Amino acid sequence: MTLLDEQRSIAPSEELDDLTTRNLSGWPMRWIAVGSMSLAALSWIPTGSVNWARWIIVSMALYLAGVAVISQLVESRRQATDRIVQALMTISFVIVLAPLVSVIWTVVERGSNRFDWNFFSTTMRGIIGEGGGGYHAIVGTLVITGLTAAFSIPFGLFTAIYLVEYSNGSRFSKMVTALIDVMTGIPSIVAGLFAYALFVWLDGPGHTSGLAGAVALTLLMTPVVVRTSEEMLRLVPNELREASYALGVPKWKTITKVVLPTAIAGILTGIVLAVARVIGETAPLLVTVGITADVNWNPLEGRMATLPVFSYNSYKFPTLPAEASQDRAWAAALTLVVIVGLLFTIARVLSWVLKPKGFK
Amino acid sequence: MSIFSNRIEATSLKMSDSTTIKEAMSDSVDTNEDAPGATSGAGGTDDAAMNRIEVSDLDIYYGDFLAVEDVNMTIQERSITALIGPSGCGKSTFLRSINRMHEVIDGAYVEGDVVINGTNIYGSGIDPVAVRRKIGMVFQRPNPFPTMSIYDNVIAGHKLNSKRIKKAEADDLVEKSLRGANLWEEVKDRLDKPGSGLSGGQQQRLCIARAIATSPNVLLMDEPCSALDPISTLAIEELMLELKDDFTIVIVTHNMQQAARVSERTGFFSIAGTGKPGKLIEMDATAKIFSNPDRQETQDYVTGRFG
Amino acid sequence: MTTTDTSPPSSSTNADDAPLNAPIGKAGDRIFFGLSFGAAALILVTLAGVAAFLFAQGREGVTADPANFDGDQSFLEYVGPFLFGTIYISCVALLLATPVAIAVALFVSHYAPKRLRRTLGYFIDLLAAIPSVVYGLWGILVLAPLLARSVMPWLRDNLGFLPFFGSDLAVSTSGRSTLTVGVVLAVMVLPIITAVAREVFLQTPRLHEEASLALGATKWEMIRQAVLPYGRSGVISGAMLGLGRALGETMAVAIILSPSFGYFWDVLTNSNSNSIASNIALQFPEAAGLGVDRLIATGLVLFVITFGVNVVARRVANAGFSGADG
Repeated sequence: MTLLDEQRSIAPSEELDDLTTRNLSGWPMRWIAVGSMSLAALSWIPTGSVNWARWIIVSMALYLAGVAVISQLVESRRQATDRIVQALMTISFVIVLAPLVSVIWTVVERGSNRFDWNFFSTTMRGIIGEGGGGYHAIVGTLVITGLTAAFSIPFGLFTAIYLVEYSNGSRFSKMVTALIDVMTGIPSIVAGLFAYALFVWLDGPGHTSGLAGAVALTLLMTPVVVRTSEEMLRLVPNELREASYALGVPKWKTITKVVLPTAIAGILTGIVLAVARVIGETAPLLVTVGITADVNWNPLEGRMATLPVFSYNSYKFPTLPAEASQDRAWAAALTLVVIVGLLFTIARVLSWVLKPKGFK
Repeated sequence: MSIFSNRIEATSLKMSDSTTIKEAMSDSVDTNEDAPGATSGAGGTDDAAMNRIEVSDLDIYYGDFLAVEDVNMTIQERSITALIGPSGCGKSTFLRSINRMHEVIDGAYVEGDVVINGTNIYGSGIDPVAVRRKIGMVFQRPNPFPTMSIYDNVIAGHKLNSKRIKKAEADDLVEKSLRGANLWEEVKDRLDKPGSGLSGGQQQRLCIARAIATSPNVLLMDEPCSALDPISTLAIEELMLELKDDFTIVIVTHNMQQAARVSERTGFFSIAGTGKPGKLIEMDATAKIFSNPDRQETQDYVTGRFG
Repeated sequence: MTTTDTSPPSSSTNADDAPLNAPIGKAGDRIFFGLSFGAAALILVTLAGVAAFLFAQGREGVTADPANFDGDQSFLEYVGPFLFGTIYISCVALLLATPVAIAVALFVSHYAPKRLRRTLGYFIDLLAAIPSVVYGLWGILVLAPLLARSVMPWLRDNLGFLPFFGSDLAVSTSGRSTLTVGVVLAVMVLPIITAVAREVFLQTPRLHEEASLALGATKWEMIRQAVLPYGRSGVISGAMLGLGRALGETMAVAIILSPSFGYFWDVLTNSNSNSIASNIALQFPEAAGLGVDRLIATGLVLFVITFGVNVVARRVANAGFSGADG
């Protein structure tokens, strides 16, 4: 029995005296759970069909009620409250898992209709009904995300290096830190509007380009890179820097050859996760890049298709029949989810592989 | 300075035979006149001036705060000098001023002179980074670079500074340095493993090997054994006694018995009160400091009345 | 020099040969510092630029003659309903998300087996990783019909006397209502709140927990006595961060919500106040000239609000962690 179990069995004095009071821990609780789930099957009777959602909800309700009543009778009021809360906590977790499972299931189920080679190799050029694909969207996403990464990785990394290695609590660095906080809070659509306004100033009204989209996404990705890099750099023990200085190594070499390699695992992981976050952004691309039906490799001018905007557009402005468009929308959504999943996995692998062995 | 490489060679060939080491030393002393890059002012033949450290009127500041006041001392070459004193009295600060490490902290500076081999390292135009290349330092906690193998750690002083060095020469240097640190036998079969996989005492010896691989003039050690167990401490102390034939060693230690065991001369630092600057109270032969020092304060400290 | 057989390998590479006053790495140091400082300075410039550009471009939209726009609306008349919608939708989302987020955070920190902690946290972080477009599609094609069939009629029938659930308008059959959007946003925002709350709960001093248990408290009583008071400011801060996120969320709202222009309190109908972000997303592709400027001005309003919420969130977080107990 755990300490907690022992505690629970020591009930308040006026109710039960001896230390080995009746207790619901372990098997009795499981019986209540099994009982609820079995009884809940009765909820299938009214409609005569097996409805899993209803079964889960009724099971949880019965479990809660059963625990409340039985615990009150067998144990004490305080115990009952404790058990009810425990049941509620578990139920909350199940509640949270439900949408996750539902979303993933839906995306996989509906996206697989068009998750085929044809989808990945054709564009929407000339398509007014069935067929077509998202090749141009994939290209656009890769180009724009590549540009974004190319901008925000050095931008974010050097800022983090400044904050950790060079600043000394000056007002300037405090301001920079505060502004990074502000940057993390910028709504994505506002970032898009800024990029639009900037390029209109440079190029004239009605400007669209992949570059503008990349600028907007850089605004969103950079603060994430700064935050994680800063954290990782601070984790490097100061003694390593001192050892390097004592060998007569100049500061910039100490940073590039000692500090960065030690922190690289965490920094790269942070970067991959930042890319994962930014790759699914739709709103800023809507206002800066728009959508086209054809491939456009040039980020400097013209509209480009990107996976999230393509998915949104296919749903919102469907061709006829609408199912074909919806299938394409889901296929694009599935592609996005797969890419994000891949990036997460890469991040974990990276962090495992690159960690200096024996460090921390 | 290449003499030290000779000395390491001699040491590694005949480890425990101090007579032979002295002979090797006197051999290399004769060739000293031919060594290029002989220090200015010291004269190649004057052995006594080699790597002697002369500190005069040294005040160490952190910003406006005077941390250490008016230090005057001479540290003899090829010897071990211990610096003792209660916590916070400035002995580590002083040690770090010898290789200008204290300047890593913004706003730190000194007034006064530190002359090593006839060169004032605080003279105008002297680059602190260059000074540090000639002085080795070992820290309180072993700090091998975790991303590098044992091999790479030893020659880190060369690698990090992008100095070209042929593989054969590097192999030689690594072996000599590790032998010099009494670590070769234990790690020779796993030179490519990370340095952090060793025990605490081994890691510290690795750091010592790393420090001597750059053939420094002076070796500074800041409480090198305080994070180690007694057995490792003993091993490092034995190592120090061997190294002193080649290097000028200055060690800061909290452990008075250690100071008594290894050093020839000892300096006692103390502090008047919190917020006051640390001062060098007395410096003399170790035996004298611990048996009948001149100053009462020193007597009080070494007999354990305070500290 | 020295005799050949003892020729030391380091002699040729010995730094001692270099004079002490030759600066080492100075150029490199200068360049590197310049790059780092430049990047940090660029952050300042960028943010100043964001404010400047949005202000410059949006100003026209605010000051222009209302006669230029449909219905002769002034800027305040135009942005008012969207401001209301933004805040209303976010409040619904927060109300749904926060209690569940706290419960889940408590579950992961105090109730679940310790070995599972990382895996469970991983699943919750997965929720945060799903792009908002995907949530939007799921919301409108899966969740909306579900809610329209089950929960929404029930709410109208049983709680219709409340202004939130009852009005002259019919219950939406497609489910494209504020309630659905609120639920989807709650799912999107929950991982943020849970992450912060979980961290705070895990940091509750063991001392306080054990003091409570030693008095014979049950687990829930201990949590009420020791964990929740300690974590209060952290939870509030997390909720505000979630609020900031909800305020700025665009695509899920744009896809799911069936919008109307005006102030609507009933969350069950097809006539809903749209949010600023969603409105921009819907109108921008077709807008031109002053219309664009007006949309940018609404974006600026949104920026100001989210900025304010974030500042308060950080203040609350810092105040809570400054050592003051509970």
